[in-house]
Amino acid sequence: MLLRHTPPGLSERKALTVNPAKTCQPIGAMYAALGIHSCMPHSHGSQGCCAYHRSSLTRHYNDPIMSTTSSFSEGSSVFGGQANILEAFTNIFTLYNPDIIAVNTTCLSEVIGDDLVQIIKKAYEDKKIPEGKFVIHANTPSFTGSHITGYANMAAAMVKYFAKSTGKKNGKITLIPTFIEPSDMTEIKHIATELGIKYIMYPDTSDVVNSPMDGHFRMYPKGGCTKEQIAASGDSDAAVAIGRLGAFPAARQLDTQCKVPMHIVDVPIGITATDNFVEMLRKIAGVAVPESLRKERGQLVDVLCDMCQYTYGKKVSLLGDPDILLSMVQFCKDAGMEVLHVLTGTPTGKVKLEERVRELYGDKVIVKSGLQCDMFMFQQLVQENKPDLIMGNTYCKYMCRDMDIPLLRIGYPIYDRIGQSYIPLTGYRGGMHLLLKILSIFMDRQDRDAEEENVELIM
Amino acid sequence: MFKILNERRQQVFEKGKDDYEIECEKASTAGSVSQRACVFCGSRVVLYPVADALHLVHGPIGCAAYTWDIRGSMSSGSELYRNSFSTDIHENEVIYGGERKLYAALNELIERYHPKAAFVYCTCIIGLIGDDVDAVCRRVAGEKNIEIIPVHSEGFKGVKKDGYKAACEALFKLIGRDGKTPLTADLPDNKAINILGEFNLAGETSIIKDYYRRIGIDIKTCFTGDSSVADIGKAHHAQLNVVQCSGSMTYLAKMMKEKFGIPFIRVSYFGIEDMSKALYDVAEFFHDSGIMKRTEDLVRSEVTKLLPKLAPYRRGLEGKKAAIYVGGTFKAFSLVKALRHLGIETVVVGSQSGNEDDYKYLKEITGEGTIICDDSNPLELSRFVLEKKADLLIGGVKERPIAYKMGIGFCDHNHERKTALAGFEGMLNFAKEVYATVLSPVWKFSPARVFWRMDNEQ
Repeated sequence: MLLRHTPPGLSERKALTVNPAKTCQPIGAMYAALGIHSCMPHSHGSQGCCAYHRSSLTRHYNDPIMSTTSSFSEGSSVFGGQANILEAFTNIFTLYNPDIIAVNTTCLSEVIGDDLVQIIKKAYEDKKIPEGKFVIHANTPSFTGSHITGYANMAAAMVKYFAKSTGKKNGKITLIPTFIEPSDMTEIKHIATELGIKYIMYPDTSDVVNSPMDGHFRMYPKGGCTKEQIAASGDSDAAVAIGRLGAFPAARQLDTQCKVPMHIVDVPIGITATDNFVEMLRKIAGVAVPESLRKERGQLVDVLCDMCQYTYGKKVSLLGDPDILLSMVQFCKDAGMEVLHVLTGTPTGKVKLEERVRELYGDKVIVKSGLQCDMFMFQQLVQENKPDLIMGNTYCKYMCRDMDIPLLRIGYPIYDRIGQSYIPLTGYRGGMHLLLKILSIFMDRQDRDAEEENVELIM
Repeated sequence: MFKILNERRQQVFEKGKDDYEIECEKASTAGSVSQRACVFCGSRVVLYPVADALHLVHGPIGCAAYTWDIRGSMSSGSELYRNSFSTDIHENEVIYGGERKLYAALNELIERYHPKAAFVYCTCIIGLIGDDVDAVCRRVAGEKNIEIIPVHSEGFKGVKKDGYKAACEALFKLIGRDGKTPLTADLPDNKAINILGEFNLAGETSIIKDYYRRIGIDIKTCFTGDSSVADIGKAHHAQLNVVQCSGSMTYLAKMMKEKFGIPFIRVSYFGIEDMSKALYDVAEFFHDSGIMKRTEDLVRSEVTKLLPKLAPYRRGLEGKKAAIYVGGTFKAFSLVKALRHLGIETVVVGSQSGNEDDYKYLKEITGEGTIICDDSNPLELSRFVLEKKADLLIGGVKERPIAYKMGIGFCDHNHERKTALAGFEGMLNFAKEVYATVLSPVWKFSPARVFWRMDNEQ
């Protein structure tokens, strides 16, 4: 059978990563950059990086993903990539005419030591960047952090380059989401709208990587936050980082740069996290929670009431990225499920993943993060203590198939199912969707596995 | 009107309108949305199907993550190759060198899996920090007594083609390891070939091997679809190398010719003519009336079976137009011919890595008005498709959503194909796939077509 190469029991490893549970920074930066309107992400490195990131994002979103590359050669690796990127700027603006180019570095250009600040300055001086067009950059070496860090760095770069404080507040709240799906971003905007809050949100990949089919190929679909909106975020009343790891650096930058007070909240997945999110927005904006949101919440709670016996006590193992994991673990707790394992390859930084999971589940739960925390380790853990459900990305399918464990696909990448970019996990409506998926899985299993005399018609 | 950069002007050619040699084998223009990949990618795709070898990617995590089990190369034996092994290089190694981590990782791997051989892929950053990967490989090889082969595939050292070359060099090191001298001359009855450049996507290698066996030809090794380290070790016992996907494997064939005196021919397994020719060419090489007779019989029986089955698809597809954008031109040649069998005319054809001769040949086999392009980008492609009113785009993963957004059919002829497209049965699969996508009812909902239809009706 597939990939039966993982012995049970944790093996000691110091140097080797087997089947990674993370990927590198630049792809996160590229994804974030797609959240700016009319922006061309640019990969400053070898051609391969750009091709791989485009392929990966294309498989996940099933939408055209555009980005350009500095096409490093051996020469650029010796003499630096400045000539390449300056030529690239000219070509990109001539050929593809974006409003903004968002450059992410790669391990290659970082080790060479290309100084993007100086290079971009030179490009403006040499008039390589047409009037009214802009270039921003984020340092995203692949040898630190993960795709989440890369996303966070690019989001912070948006602030750094564009946010301006005019001294006059605009009464808006800036929302900065972590690496989540476009559908999740739409749902967050929906909540803010229902609350009657004026907001600015970036990165916003909705209507960019989940654009409708209209018979045309567009390099720049209609979604994405504009440069003007990002600039205006410097005048906002407050900023909310939605997900600490992916959004905090941008919010902190906005605080330092424009003195916009910052708040951090978990990604609103599930009842508790969404309640916390709504509560935070409500307090900051001084608004009341409208009937519409109460109804959405009520319906979610209603379904959970009706069906909680099917989730209660079920064992779950989770793999993904820290921001989403935290909320997912909370949701499992809300639904009465027992979390056995939580694993991420992404270094958790200041996110107290382990502490916070333990607050909910005590000493029994196994939490792993960082170096050598990979699918191999996850599979070893799962073999030791088999859950009823695994939630994680597409690559979990091998172990799920081997061990006959159902898989609910969340996180990045999802290469083998669609829907995540259209149907959210965030908000009460996303919570409903998530809960229904989980219920279907458990109830289908029960129908499949029950002895004939025990099959229930009415569940 | 959209722009083509001046530097690229000569890389795009319209038959019947333009009159110049197509420029090719150029580095991509910096800043283009090139569909091309890097050296590492080239090496990885060629070596990846060697199923019982370890493939350790020495570099940051991304290079291993993006190449983890993304190709549909199938194995009838070991599944070890489908795992992703990486040294996950961090800042510390960037500063102090990654040799120790590589050494430790190799040891951990070999102790766990006891592989037959290991490939260690060098990524961009390894070339920069100057790890002596060869020395580490030699050391571990000596200690563990297995073949450990460094693959010098630093991404920036060139294009995908250079990666193929690095992979060929790595494979070459494994050939002849069984210690026996080549059998070619002294055993005239031995009718054995190697298949080169066939990667067992959707099980295609088995189809091809079956044809050759039916005509009485023995297969020593397939490079590298469904292969093992042991198979590769005995490749020098073949009398002929049959090279498909010439871009990736001609270099290996040349090295084998020089060292072992094995001649090679170039073939393609896509489409009726090319598949038949691939069998006939091999039969002719062996000057054996039995083989020739069996070949004739096989081709006749397969084609007789196939043609009536193709007919209904052809009826539906007659007069449709196709755009092709693929990695290698050899595949493009076959596709142009195969599409013609289905009544489809090729109106745009491009490749990532064709050479001068390839493009000359493409000019010969395509019709008037066809656009031929080298190293194209999505914007160009989409405009060509519009201009030439193509109904179908054949390409790889990055082209797929572009075709769908424009409301035309798409066929993945790259490594994400789901059904076997090689051989005679592959031709039928191809016809089915093209038919299903071009004539899918979904396109009638494409707004562009709906509006276009309404305009016409008014």
